[in-house]
Formats: sequence, structure tokens, C-alpha cells
Amino acid sequence: MLYAIQSLPFLWEGLLITLKVSTLVVVLSLIAGVILGIGIVYGPRWLYWPIRIYSDFLRGIPLLVLIFFIYYALPLIGVNFTNIMSVVVALSAFEAAHIIEVVRGAIQSIHRGQNEAAKAIGLRFTQRLLYVIAPQAIRRFLPPWINAVVDTVKGSALVSLVGIVDLTLAIQQVIGRTYIPMPLYILGAIMYFVINYILSSASRTLEARFAYIRE
Amino acid sequence: MSASSSSLVVQVRGVKKSFGTNRVLDGIDLDVRKGEVVVVIGPSGSGKTTLLRCINLLETYDEGSIQVDGVEVGYHDGPGGTRQPRGDRELSHIRADIGMVFQLFNLFPHLTARENVMLGLRKVRGRSAAEAKQIAEQWLSRVGLGDKLDSLPSQLSGGQQQRVGIARAVAMDPKVLLLDEITSALDPELVGEVLTVVQELARDGMTMIVVTHEMTFARDVGTRIVFMDGARIQMQGTPREVLSASGHERLKAFLARIEMKHH
Repeated sequence: MLYAIQSLPFLWEGLLITLKVSTLVVVLSLIAGVILGIGIVYGPRWLYWPIRIYSDFLRGIPLLVLIFFIYYALPLIGVNFTNIMSVVVALSAFEAAHIIEVVRGAIQSIHRGQNEAAKAIGLRFTQRLLYVIAPQAIRRFLPPWINAVVDTVKGSALVSLVGIVDLTLAIQQVIGRTYIPMPLYILGAIMYFVINYILSSASRTLEARFAYIRE
Repeated sequence: MSASSSSLVVQVRGVKKSFGTNRVLDGIDLDVRKGEVVVVIGPSGSGKTTLLRCINLLETYDEGSIQVDGVEVGYHDGPGGTRQPRGDRELSHIRADIGMVFQLFNLFPHLTARENVMLGLRKVRGRSAAEAKQIAEQWLSRVGLGDKLDSLPSQLSGGQQQRVGIARAVAMDPKVLLLDEITSALDPELVGEVLTVVQELARDGMTMIVVTHEMTFARDVGTRIVFMDGARIQMQGTPREVLSASGHERLKAFLARIEMKHH
């Protein structure tokens, strides 16, 4: 038990890796997903199909396969990522594919009369998006997006597969030295839970903040 | 000849439009002069709403010309006399001068009544916050909502929402106001308060094109009635001329159906 407590700084290092990878992936996938999501709704036809295929394909393969593909297969054609970046890229690409669909759904749930009313007072495309569509769509965007963020935090455990010591691998290594699995696994589970519980709570607060439409 | 000297606000010439194989506008000609209230009537599917929506290019038109204040709405001249669809920026500029009020109000649900009216003034007209606020409050008071400035659309009745919709459109000081069946979604007892506002606008000289089924309104407020059926304008004239319907079978049939619905 003492040994387990002495290993806490080591677990802390792992937790930081988990948080770093998660944060990076959340930001990258959000930017890519929102841009591509807007592209698929409002973009020209030649833009629609590539995004459509990208989104459907990435959502249709296991994340693990994607990570191994980027880590092991891409170097064969000269694309090299460090082990941590290959996971960040894989996770971001994967989450972005989901966010595209979330953005698309959120925008298309807004009645088209909203866009027409915004056009009728002379707002330009970006203004319509910024002042009329986005403030309404964000309400529908938040809950599934927070789910995606939670998935990302949990999915970041996959970095351990390419040899990076994140929270999950740190726990396993400590267990390997101490042979006391139960407390450590429970401790690890609690850490993941705390992170994700904070995220879910923040989400509920945000949703309440945007719940201006009483139907 | 410039449009302003002839006081021609809207000029529609030979406009045709199809949805797939279904022709909804089949050669429409229509002139609207400053201060006129043109009421468009006709059975559903006759193309009247589509015509209205073509005027501010919420729908494109396939052939013909629509000019508002002398400017072609949908197209600009390209090389060699071809016509090119206008881009978003040009269109927004043109639309700012064409007010529209919608059947389903289409208020912005995340904004208060005042903010709904202010949005276009701030972002399109470039007014300061203080100016926009003052103009918005002025118009909302005029439509009888001076005590509802901070209400969200969801807190307002249908009639009140539609009056915000009217205030939002007229606050932009449009050259012409398009009203698309603006009382059709309202409970009967709320129709009056909305039409009263429109009547006052008409009295103040606002140029309007009104698509409606309210024949009493058409008769009392319209300076001209246009009867559409089968994608064409079948007849137009003063309310007295049109509503007497002498010698026009389709119009007579339409008016008879309307009568039956309302009595």
C-alpha cells in the first residue's frame, strides 16, 4: 500500500499526458470538425462529397485500426509522426468526423425561416452564421459534443498502445511492480471519472445558459 | 429613365420560374409605384408567395427581370451581355432595402424583441448601439409593444410576435415591404391587431406588396388588387373592379370559395 502511495507522482505524470493529449485532440477536432461541418452544410457540391466520404469512412473504422495505420503504415509512404503525435492525429481525425455530423445536425435543426429572415434584413453569410444560426445551433451542438470530449479523454488511453506512459499505462506499470491491482485500478477509474464528471457538469451549466427557447 | 423619377419601386417583367417540371410563375409582369399597396390574391399554388419571394431573391427566377428601385435583383451583367447570378454580398446589399414579413414570423428566438429589431440596424446599417436601440424602441412602441422591449419571442403571443416582425422589417427603412400571408398563422382574434399596424403603415405611405386571404383588408387597404391563378396574373385593378369580378369566371369561382370559408 505504501508503495502504491509512493507511486502517486508517477501516476500524476501519466495523468498529465492524458490531459495533454485530450486537450490537444479536443481543440484540433473542434476546429476541423466545425469548419468541415459548415462546409458540408453550406459548401459547394465539390466540397460535399469529400467531406461526406471522410466522415462516413472514419466513423466506420475502429479507432485502434486508425492509430496503427498512422503509426505503422504512414511511415511507409514517408509520413512520420512521433508516437504521441500519431495518436493525437488519429484521435483528432476520428473525433472530427463525429463533430462534422454534430455540427451538421445542429445547423440543420434550425428552421430555414431563420436563415431567410436573416437574409431579408440584409445580413451577409458570415453574419447570418454568427448572429442568427450559431447562437441557436450551439444549444443542440453542446450535449453531443461533450459526449465526444468525454470519449476523447477515455480514448486517449490508447496512447499506451504506442508506448506512451499515460494514466492507464502508468497504473499498469505500478501494478506490475506492486502486485496490488484493485486499489490502483479503482484509483485510476476515479481519476478518469473526476475529469469526465467535471466536463459533464460544465456541459449542463452551458446548456442551461443557452436554454433561452421555451417550447 | 431612372426609376426614382418615375417613382417605380418594383418592376417585374416576364418572370418565369419552375420547380422541376412544375411551372409556378409563367410570365409575370407587375409594376409597383411608390406608396402603392398592391394586394396579391389567388388560390394556393397560384404562385403568389413564390412571386413575393423572388422579389428579394429568397427564390431565384429562371427568366425575365425583377428590378427594385432600378436595380436588377437576381443578376448583374456579365461579359458579352450574359447575366451572372449575384453573389452573397451584393444580394445582402439589395435585400437590406426590401423588407419582408413572414407567415411564421421567423423572429430570432435567442434575441429579445428590441434585439430582433436592432440586429439589422447594427450589422447592416452600421448604426451605433445607442441609435439602433432608439430606432428599435421607437418602432416597437409604434406597433404597440413599448412594454415588451425585453421580452423574448417565446414570451409573446402570435400577434405580438408578428408585430415585432413588422417592426424589424420597417426599422430598416425599406423601399418596399413584402408581406407574405402574415396573418395566416394567427388565431382569428389576433388578426386585427396585426392588420391595424399594416393599415397605419399604408396610411404613412409605405410601399407594400401584400399576399393575403383577408378580403376585407384587400378591399379597405389595397390600392390595387392582383389576382393570380395558374402561375399567371389573371386580372388586376382597383379593389372595386377586381372584387366585383364581373365577367371573370376563375376570379368569381375563387371569390366564392373564399366567401364560403369565411361565413
